[in-house]
Amino acid sequence: MPTQPITSETMPKEHYLNADYGIRSWLLTIDHKRIALLYLLSVTVAFALGGAYAVLVRLELLTPAGDFFTAENYNKMFTAHGVIMVFFFMIPAIPATLGNFLLPMMIGAKDLAFPRINLLSWYLYVVGFLVTLGALFVGGLDTGWTFYTPYSTAFANSNVVAAGVGIFISGFSSILTGFNFIVTIHKMRAPGMTWFRMPLFVWAHYATSLIQILGTPVVAVTILMVAAERLFKFGFFDPTRGGDPILFQHLFWFYSHPAVYIMILPAMGVISELVTCFSRKRVFGYDFIAMSSLAIAVLSFLVWAHHMFVSGMSVYAAMIFSALSFLVAIPSAIKVFNWTATLFRGSVSWQTPMLYAMGFIGLFLIGGLTGLFLASVGLDIHVTDTYFIVAHFHYVMVGGTIMAYLGGLHFWWPKMTGRLYPEWWARVSAVLVFVGFNTTFLPQFILGYLGMPRRYYAYPEEFQVLNVMSTAGASILGVGFLLPIFYLAWSMRYGRISSANPWPATGLEWQTPSPPPTENFPRTPVVDEEAYDYTRPPKEIALV
Amino acid sequence: MWQGFPLFPEQASSLAARVDEFYIFMWLVTAFFTVTISATMLYFAVRYRRRRADERPGEIHGSLALELTWTIIPLLIVVVMFVWATLLFFAQRRTPDDAMQVTVVGKRWMWKLQHMTGQREINELHVPVGKAVRLMLTSEDTIHSFYVPAFRMKMDAVPGRYNETWFRATKPGKYHIFCAEYCGTEHSGMIGWVYAMEPTDYQLWLAGGPAPVSLAEMGQKLFAERNCATCHTPQGAGRGPVLNGLPGSKVLLQGGEEWVADDTYLRESILRPSAKIVSGYQPVMPTFQGQLGEEDLAALIAYIKSLPAAAGDAAGRPSSNVPASK
Repeated sequence: MPTQPITSETMPKEHYLNADYGIRSWLLTIDHKRIALLYLLSVTVAFALGGAYAVLVRLELLTPAGDFFTAENYNKMFTAHGVIMVFFFMIPAIPATLGNFLLPMMIGAKDLAFPRINLLSWYLYVVGFLVTLGALFVGGLDTGWTFYTPYSTAFANSNVVAAGVGIFISGFSSILTGFNFIVTIHKMRAPGMTWFRMPLFVWAHYATSLIQILGTPVVAVTILMVAAERLFKFGFFDPTRGGDPILFQHLFWFYSHPAVYIMILPAMGVISELVTCFSRKRVFGYDFIAMSSLAIAVLSFLVWAHHMFVSGMSVYAAMIFSALSFLVAIPSAIKVFNWTATLFRGSVSWQTPMLYAMGFIGLFLIGGLTGLFLASVGLDIHVTDTYFIVAHFHYVMVGGTIMAYLGGLHFWWPKMTGRLYPEWWARVSAVLVFVGFNTTFLPQFILGYLGMPRRYYAYPEEFQVLNVMSTAGASILGVGFLLPIFYLAWSMRYGRISSANPWPATGLEWQTPSPPPTENFPRTPVVDEEAYDYTRPPKEIALV
Repeated sequence: MWQGFPLFPEQASSLAARVDEFYIFMWLVTAFFTVTISATMLYFAVRYRRRRADERPGEIHGSLALELTWTIIPLLIVVVMFVWATLLFFAQRRTPDDAMQVTVVGKRWMWKLQHMTGQREINELHVPVGKAVRLMLTSEDTIHSFYVPAFRMKMDAVPGRYNETWFRATKPGKYHIFCAEYCGTEHSGMIGWVYAMEPTDYQLWLAGGPAPVSLAEMGQKLFAERNCATCHTPQGAGRGPVLNGLPGSKVLLQGGEEWVADDTYLRESILRPSAKIVSGYQPVMPTFQGQLGEEDLAALIAYIKSLPAAAGDAAGRPSSNVPASK
């Protein structure tokens, strides 16, 4: 047995990228790998746009007075930042790109169970995105991404219904992707791929899909109710028509809190893959990591009202939701401890994906632990709706999800494109992201505790120093995010040609050429071992 | 703390120090785990760094003992956090009985505040140091949130209902009021000041303006103007329930449900009387939706609360508003 995996310094003659040519072959493709690339392109556009709005928001906050923009435009900008980032970047980012590309390959399938529905998902996403973008660009939206009533139904003079319709449409994209993943995992596993031999990435996506299917319809109905109240004066939420504005918050957070886990669970799946590959060691506590994903998915539906501790709920309701919210910490902690233990007596390599994974663990610790501040009702009362919240969820969303997304993108880039990214540039950008991120968001914890409310266009002067720090950090972060767009695009043409398994890693996706053939594997793989067997070199692969 | 670079807002209420103590505890826990785990991870990453490209470390599957350890210890820690935070929350929710009441009405984009003694303020609230202040909050339009960082206190002002919170200022001074719930264009301009004053200064302030009409007296005037007394007689012979002694009591509704007649109930029963009909009465009261502003409602409720509780009994009807016979 050779000590090194077989490397081919030439691309395979035929693969999914050159199987067909022309724009039509992309827009009508039913290959999950090509659809993943379509998603990659569209979520990158969303990320760039959402990021551009963030830059404008940070620019306005450089000074206490409202000077760069009008209050109305500022409100539209932070709304656009939130709507685009949440609904069109964070939710689809990992599942629809990395998940779409990898899930069938990881379980040894040729494609997802419903390839045409997969393509439909992308079209629904794009149509929803375009409708919402239209609403944001022409006239704008000023409700915040949370659409709180009765402001959104009775007061806002902006495109609530149009933006809502776009989100409603893209919601179906999310539901269909979740449904497709679940059926695929149940029905399409290769011979020998038992549930407990599946990579943890797949477990994480299974848990995510459950939330997508069960939660998304609720927000879809809620959006319809907002539209009905706006257009036809129904009295769901508006108290002057006999409605209850708090009802909206229950419905909205019943989806939107689980949605947070739609964003973080796949990220945790990515981290499990990265930590084990770059420690070259079986993941510590496989069963516990797998089951903690399901535990998080279940708990995610039971904690929504911790967003509403100052809305006027009863003492007992607040106590119950507080206690349940604390429980989420347990499965999250289990994951972090197990990842750390995986490094013990491993063979740790400091390549870019591992830098992101270690960054993720550090930042997710802060993001997760500051979540406990908010589960504590007695403290939440002071910090809710301030910059403390803003800092907390950016630690989870950016420090968690985006770090994992970038780590995963670098890790599987050679598989997706057949070429290696430039390692030096990638490390530089990983460090810039880490430093820039902390400089941007650490000051916001202090800012929030000092009392600066979120969504403020102008603020008292005593808050300026911290805001300037935050804006300075954001410019570093911006550079860190822009670099990969350039060097990854560059590497698609000029990068060194990758072998089938450059790291080398276990996992079926690495036992097929890079880039893979349209049908993923030259022949259906048979699995006879547990995931992450790093004790011996990965199996040779038949490249023909 | 640090003069030029504060980490905490001023501690100006009886609960501020307790919130800060808990906050510091939370940061200590956060720092402990973040530093310990990150340091362990980095130590492993250096200590076990890859030295040869073909290195193959041994396999470790896991350890049930470790898994139990790092499940149970965090569980115990969050139980401590939960208990501590909940005790704090009880203190924040339990308004002292001797509290003076101020009605807070949010309206885009200002705060309208009304003292029981009749003084009205806009974006300013004068209170005596050392006295508990109960805030009854509502809104005329969208949801707002009344936030005074120096008091570590925040509560939403929600249209269509009353939310209650309280504080006791401990230090004379001038403290920010912010609106913390996004309410549209001038959300960040919906700010003001709380002036916590020594009791003697507060008395001077009270005496400063023109002699005000108390909230209950304004309510009494409205009660007469709107002819409420035609049906709501103190003797209990009218077409509407007796109001004496009603606030805070339990009423029996049509359909057998019991309901506590809190401020939100009183408010709703004025605006939409047919929403909750007291058992034994007909839905004959006209709606006052759109005819009475939030301040009028606050005045009426203050008046109803000021009625002597005994009148109902005198007429042979229990003051709990459950008719003796149908």
